[in-house]
Amino acid sequence: MINYILRRVVTSVVLMIIISVVTFGVFFMVPKLAGTNPAELYVGKSATPADVAATARKLGLDQPVYVQYGRFVKGIVAGRDFNSGPSKTHCPAPCFGYSFRNDRPVFPLLLDRLPVTISLAIGASIIWLIGGVLAGVISALRRGSILDRSMMILALAGVSLPIYFTGLLAQLIFVHNLHWLPGGEYVNFRDNPIGWASKLLLGWITLALLYAATYARLTRATMLETVSEDYIRTARAKGLRERVVIGKHAMRSVLTPIVTIFGLDIGQLLGGAILTESVFGLPGIGRLSIDAVNTKDLPVVLGVTLFGALFIVVANFVVDLLYAVIDPRVRLA
Amino acid sequence: MKGKGMATDLLASGQPASGGSRPSAPRSFLDVRDLRIHFNTDDGVVKAVDGLSFQLDRGKTLGIVGESGSGKSVTSLGILGLHRHSKARVSGEVWLDGEDLIAASDERVRALRGQRIAMIFQDPLTAMHPYFTVGAQIIEAYRVHNNVSKKVARQRAIDMLGRVGIPQPARRVDDYPHQFSGGMRQRAMIAMALVNNPELLIADEPTTALDVTVQAQILDLIRDLQEEFHSAVIMITHDLGVVAELADDILVMYGGKAVEYGTAETIFRRPEHPYAWGLLGSMPRVDRDVRDRLIPVKGTPPSLINLPSGCAFHPRCPYVGYNGIPCRTEIPTLAEGSDHGVACHIPPAERQRIFSEDIAPAL
Repeated sequence: MINYILRRVVTSVVLMIIISVVTFGVFFMVPKLAGTNPAELYVGKSATPADVAATARKLGLDQPVYVQYGRFVKGIVAGRDFNSGPSKTHCPAPCFGYSFRNDRPVFPLLLDRLPVTISLAIGASIIWLIGGVLAGVISALRRGSILDRSMMILALAGVSLPIYFTGLLAQLIFVHNLHWLPGGEYVNFRDNPIGWASKLLLGWITLALLYAATYARLTRATMLETVSEDYIRTARAKGLRERVVIGKHAMRSVLTPIVTIFGLDIGQLLGGAILTESVFGLPGIGRLSIDAVNTKDLPVVLGVTLFGALFIVVANFVVDLLYAVIDPRVRLA
Repeated sequence: MKGKGMATDLLASGQPASGGSRPSAPRSFLDVRDLRIHFNTDDGVVKAVDGLSFQLDRGKTLGIVGESGSGKSVTSLGILGLHRHSKARVSGEVWLDGEDLIAASDERVRALRGQRIAMIFQDPLTAMHPYFTVGAQIIEAYRVHNNVSKKVARQRAIDMLGRVGIPQPARRVDDYPHQFSGGMRQRAMIAMALVNNPELLIADEPTTALDVTVQAQILDLIRDLQEEFHSAVIMITHDLGVVAELADDILVMYGGKAVEYGTAETIFRRPEHPYAWGLLGSMPRVDRDVRDRLIPVKGTPPSLINLPSGCAFHPRCPYVGYNGIPCRTEIPTLAEGSDHGVACHIPPAERQRIFSEDIAPAL
């Protein structure tokens, strides 16, 4: 078991290094290949080529990419200084770069936005997990019934309808027409828990609807497959009640694929739900990344990308560990 | 003696149940009468079991023999009440110790299942839940029918594992099925089936997934436990060698019907149905010259949706139309006054002559 964990840790670290190298390469090489100098982004519109070159030198953008990458990694571990203009700007560890647009290091910028994204992801995931799995189980057990068919049609609709449609529609109805929910700015959970929940509620539901559909279909398919397994027949042959056969024996097997995609979905969402956050005006990581792209704030884009990747890698790691908890065959293999 | 239970009226089962006129008092511990299990599918009605009757007493073993798709396993699941009402139409009577399981409520059958009737399945690897320990699965089987603490049930599970010959049962009880070898897994499966001392044990191809040396051990184990608990055993198999060792009676199934039914002695010494001859001819035997080829039964088992007209075996039967008998048009019945039922149009005297003159010397 310890071996298994160690192997997974090493794999995850190696994966993260590869991702950082590739991402860094893409973000700092592409402007060069496109014939623009990234330093142009940091100087005014009327800057002379000499100004651009000077800025590039100050920021180290004239260095070969591996030197820049080395400095970037060193910054994460030990912090780093940027010589912007006359004054030195210090960026403490872990330094994922410095956003001159926001005049702040990238890492605290991300940390500020993280609670919003986490709130959105956790709330939505609870709804879709319960709703999706429950709908899937009921559908499978009542296979072919009207209930099954209508739920699967709903699931199809849920998968097909984009967030910017359902989200805007929901806002129009519940916020602007019915006034059931408040509009306005996002508030912290600590400051105003009810305001926090009512601001997030529509986002949770819309996002959950999208995912619940996938979970319902997956649960239904896995459940149908599982109930035809020999060990389910054995469970019935033992004289177990149907409730136990389904709730204990079948659900245990159905959970495996659910845990897998759940881990990946959560990992992905923590990297920012761009559409949902934009539609509902939630200042999370997704919004940060969109704003950074629009303002060509490369350090932030890089930071968001690496953060997103980190969440997915960590989620994968956790899923692998959960596998070992769920399936004893993995533990010993 | 078994012959008593196999009177003419019970064997005359070719025609559908006409309702009401059959004798009501069951004669044996297990008395199956005119059991029919039909499945509605998109392609038509699958008549998996179509008018099957047999009896079985405590302490006795019935072997049900036939090819894949002959209805053996469907029969056993039918006795256990494991067919879904939405998919299967089950009719007939299954009397267990004076109680008709077909007429009983689902909840009543569930309470009997695993307690008075238990089943051993073919492949113990897929038949045990991979995520629960062997012990947990046996404990669960015990506690669902006995109101005891986990500790008591665990001790019972350890005892049962020891009884079926698993070494160090107190340690192995916490192992998962995949940590057991094939033979040990089948022993654990048997321990689970026998944990409530069932009076009727149905073993569905219990040795098929095992290698030959282990097969013999498992069969010995089932026989020993049967003697100890005095249970009735139904042994379902396509392997005549297995029933030769264990069975008191043998029922040969073909296309969802019984084609020959008698004591093991009768079926092995003087079988009368051409299909039983085929089965015997295709069985490897140590007393036969190894250079002799086995004689297969030609053709393939029939589709249960479109059974051949008349005798379902007629397309594969070498004696079809023998002396002008109506194989293609009339369904033969098991009707027979003796303790030996044969569903074949060839007159009994002729069958016996064909077997002793043509078939027996070649076996």
